[in-house]
Amino acid sequence: MTAAINKRGSILRQLTLLLLAGAAILAVILFFVVQGFARQLAEESQDNILNASVTAILDTAAVQQGELTLDLPYSAFSMLGNLSDDRVFYAVYSDDTFLTGYDDLPQIGTPPPERPLFQTVPYQGEDIRLISAARRLVSNGRLVTLTATVAQTRNGQIATLNRISQNAAALGLGFFLLTALMAYLAARSAIGPLQRLAASVSRRGPQDLRPVAAPVPAEMVPLVGSLNNFMDRLKTSLSRSEDFIAEAAHRIRTPLATVRTHAENTLHRVERDENRASLREMIRAIDDSSRAAGQLLDHAMVTFRTDHLEEEEIDLSALARDMVHRLGPLADLRDIAMICDAPEPVLINGDPILLQNALRNLLDNAIKYSPTEGGIEVTVSTLDGQAIVMVCDSGAGFPAGDIADLTKRFARGSNVDGIVGSGLGLTIVDEVTRAHNGTLSITNTPKGAGGCVTLALPLPF
Amino acid sequence: MRFLLVEDNEQLARAILDRLSIEGHVVDHAPCLEEATAFKDTTSYDLILLDIMLPDGDGRTFLEQHRRKADATPVIVLTARSEVSDRVGVLDLGADDYITKPFDFSELQARCRAVLRRRGGAARNQLTLGDVLFDSLAGTLSVSGKTVHLRNRELRLFEVLAGAPEQIFSKSKLVDRLFSYDDDVSENAIEVYVGRLRRHLAGTRAQIVTVRGLGYRLSVS
Repeated sequence: MTAAINKRGSILRQLTLLLLAGAAILAVILFFVVQGFARQLAEESQDNILNASVTAILDTAAVQQGELTLDLPYSAFSMLGNLSDDRVFYAVYSDDTFLTGYDDLPQIGTPPPERPLFQTVPYQGEDIRLISAARRLVSNGRLVTLTATVAQTRNGQIATLNRISQNAAALGLGFFLLTALMAYLAARSAIGPLQRLAASVSRRGPQDLRPVAAPVPAEMVPLVGSLNNFMDRLKTSLSRSEDFIAEAAHRIRTPLATVRTHAENTLHRVERDENRASLREMIRAIDDSSRAAGQLLDHAMVTFRTDHLEEEEIDLSALARDMVHRLGPLADLRDIAMICDAPEPVLINGDPILLQNALRNLLDNAIKYSPTEGGIEVTVSTLDGQAIVMVCDSGAGFPAGDIADLTKRFARGSNVDGIVGSGLGLTIVDEVTRAHNGTLSITNTPKGAGGCVTLALPLPF
Repeated sequence: MRFLLVEDNEQLARAILDRLSIEGHVVDHAPCLEEATAFKDTTSYDLILLDIMLPDGDGRTFLEQHRRKADATPVIVLTARSEVSDRVGVLDLGADDYITKPFDFSELQARCRAVLRRRGGAARNQLTLGDVLFDSLAGTLSVSGKTVHLRNRELRLFEVLAGAPEQIFSKSKLVDRLFSYDDDVSENAIEVYVGRLRRHLAGTRAQIVTVRGLGYRLSVS
């Protein structure tokens, strides 16, 4: 009866994906920040050394006897060598006159004094980092601008950068994995209360409609509130339908009882045969409708209860003896001998009211369809892990072609004309049997004298 | 016999009173629990017929009080509620039996008989017809110390005839008393039971006489 649930998306997945996307973005940002910072650091340290180098070169410039002298210090280049195996280039100009070094080294304009210029330019097929610094000297009464340029390839720096990038990537990946794990755990713990609520609701018995009392997080209060509200309404409507069935029965049966009793009383007073015949017809019609009403209400009650099966331990033998005793006077009216053969207790788990109803329907049928002074035998036994309740009568039996159809609602055997019945009796028995995971079988006794109905119900382990 | 009928539905109560009077019983009718208690405290009854849904309370409360007072008067509950839901409680509370409305009067009679028989019948259920002692509760005919057990239909037939000796009962009336209305029986079916009773009564002063064209009567010489 459960309708298919319209499922879309998953909170766990959505939350995890969202957190993973955040973690991925953060990891990428981390990677670029680390890489950028490393690049800047590497560039700065190269620039500092280049600066020191160019300053050292310019510092050796002097004017001696009116001549500009320059003594390129070894240290100016050796300090660059410390950095890596990168090649070093230099050029010195006096104003625009090339003095020494690589004359094809690109120049980057005239730097202001005490403020070196840096630039990265291509040279001989490689990127080089280049510094240009100037110094002013007075030679022969003339202001001379001495410009020194020192450059270095960047292979070492790039190698370092690559190494740092790799580390940064590893760091980013590690960060991502760690946050992914935390994201999953966070999502799990966020939906934990939902799962606990679902589990506690589905663990309940069918009759348990108490409100959820376990503490829940604030966000779930509206959900649990509506759930409790819903269960409360369900409880009210269930008890109302139970009351309704009882009340409907009362309303229908009492006036029917009045009419029937009056009709019977009148029948005892009137003498004329036509009047007597019509009164008899009347009583039969009342019996017909009261039986139908009773069984419809019984059927409604059985359907209601099979949806909310209340199981307890029942002794089928005691139940059968009780019912045989209870229906004894009815059988007696037709001088039918009803025997109950249930010597041993047979315990099963079931709904006592439903099983009583099923058994009563079976015995009612047996009494109704047995001939006067016939016999009915009820046996309760166990066989192959099943409890067997068998009711055999000495009536006309079941027509062979009808057996499969007899448990259908309002179906009646083709050989029962003239006997009042609603066709719901065996339907009720069948539904009760199925609600208890049992099977119902209808057979005729081998000698063809009477029918047998057998209930096989599973025994508890 | 003396009955107390506790039933709030006026029409149904009247119909039942009517019927029980036809059968020759004395019945007091209480439409509510209060009156029922008052009746019960002043009169002793053979049997109480108790409805469950009453204007001033639940018949089950009455039943409980009744049993607490250790009153042995048998109680048959008349229930109109669903067969499934109601029956369990009343037997546990001490009802001797219950019957679901609407009921066949012969079923009610049968149940009353069964209950009274279980409780041990009173002497007033015995009837002397010439040299025949009839015990309707035990369902026996005794002639000079020899006792015969009647089958249910024989018993009911004899009860009708012995209830008004010398009165003529038509076959069709007897059929109505003996058979349920679902049974399709011819009036001749009654002859079988008359025949059996005649065999039991052979040689006694109580005889079933055929009144040609009219029916049967019990004649005690």
